[in-house]
Amino acid sequence: MTETAPVISVSNLIKQFGRFAALRGVSADFAGGKLYAILGDNGAGKTTLLRTLAGLTQPTSGGVTILGASEFHNVCHQVGYMAHPSLLYDEMSGMENLAYFARLYGIGDGSRCAEAIRAVGLDPELTRPVGQYSQGMKQRMSLARALLNDPKILLLDEPFSNVDIHSATDMVRLLARTRDQGKTVFVVTHQASLLEGVADEFVWMQAGKIAGRTRELTPPEATA
Amino acid sequence: MSPPTGITRATLLKDLRLEWRSKDAINSMLFFSLLVVVVFSFSFDPNAEESRQIAGGLIWVAFLFAAVVALNQTWARELRNQVLDAYRVSPAPANSLFLAKAVCNFIFVTVLEALMTPLFIVFYQLRALGPAWQLLVVAMLGTWALVVNGTFFAAMSIRTRSREIMLPLLLFPISIPALLAMVQATTAILTGEGARFWIVLLVTYDLVFTTGCLLLFETVLNAE
Repeated sequence: MTETAPVISVSNLIKQFGRFAALRGVSADFAGGKLYAILGDNGAGKTTLLRTLAGLTQPTSGGVTILGASEFHNVCHQVGYMAHPSLLYDEMSGMENLAYFARLYGIGDGSRCAEAIRAVGLDPELTRPVGQYSQGMKQRMSLARALLNDPKILLLDEPFSNVDIHSATDMVRLLARTRDQGKTVFVVTHQASLLEGVADEFVWMQAGKIAGRTRELTPPEATA
Repeated sequence: MSPPTGITRATLLKDLRLEWRSKDAINSMLFFSLLVVVVFSFSFDPNAEESRQIAGGLIWVAFLFAAVVALNQTWARELRNQVLDAYRVSPAPANSLFLAKAVCNFIFVTVLEALMTPLFIVFYQLRALGPAWQLLVVAMLGTWALVVNGTFFAAMSIRTRSREIMLPLLLFPISIPALLAMVQATTAILTGEGARFWIVLLVTYDLVFTTGCLLLFETVLNAE
């Protein structure tokens, strides 16, 4: 696959929750090796789009193709997902959490877990349970969990929320490095300014649709 | 990817570790069962023969209600921080999760039975007239019947608003054949009658429902 070939294609994606349409016909191609910032107001459909890409939400109609596969399960080992909640067990330490999730991906090597924790600026020797971490530490540990399987595609929902500015900047640097390694990164965020100059493309969502895609952090006319 | 047995073992060990640290399920189950034993022993004053007739019903109803406490906890800890989503996006098979949860609940309820049975024997002055070792077989088959369905229906009810109510509503009706077999087999063994028919019924029930749950669990796990 060349760097510019789409790693994710979405065609006429519709997602209804009862009578509410969270996605109203989203169609887009996303090339590999880029960092996309997905922006929009609350309720614009950003999280639903990300959950649909991660195979957690089944679309009402339309289709998603990831790395050439239409079934998420066939490529799930190549995708990393970070949600707004931490997706971690509060009663276990960061290392214990990652060791468990590593087993789900067939990673028996403990050094991979330690490496992922160090990559987000935390100490793998920390024995405190995750429940006693600060919100920022939880977010970073959650990012470490998403990076654990060395994914080709990284889907991140609000990774910078409740994170102090220094930690958020470190996370942005890590995401840029990940992109530079040829991986594709999707970041749903309300803190778009953190990604200015780093993101390759800003995807603007409004009322369940993609209202526009820009190279700079300037809203397209449709969203203004 | 790790073999399914490896993932089942890792998930089981993780759940045992979480329970060891929080003691959410075991404390609630023990306290509830203790209350039932004490309250019933003050409410009735049976002689030895009457005890043999009613003990089967008392014991199994107490264990059934206590098991519901553990069953509700099983999935509740997967909902905190939406950790279940981390499992769903991984390549780990759904049935490994189900089996780990069912075995974990089996261990919890077996521990409860091991602790509470001596109290039942003392309070109700029980002495089996039939082969006492068969009680062990009935206990194991009966416990599996409760936890396999309980784990499945608890998973079905996790996304409902009043899941604590929903679980007994789903579980109790479908457990009636198993409960009947458990009570009748226990009474038959205590009174010295043959329990073979009821034990065969329990084995059949366990086989049918274990197979059914394994076939349907992936659909339940991914339901929205």
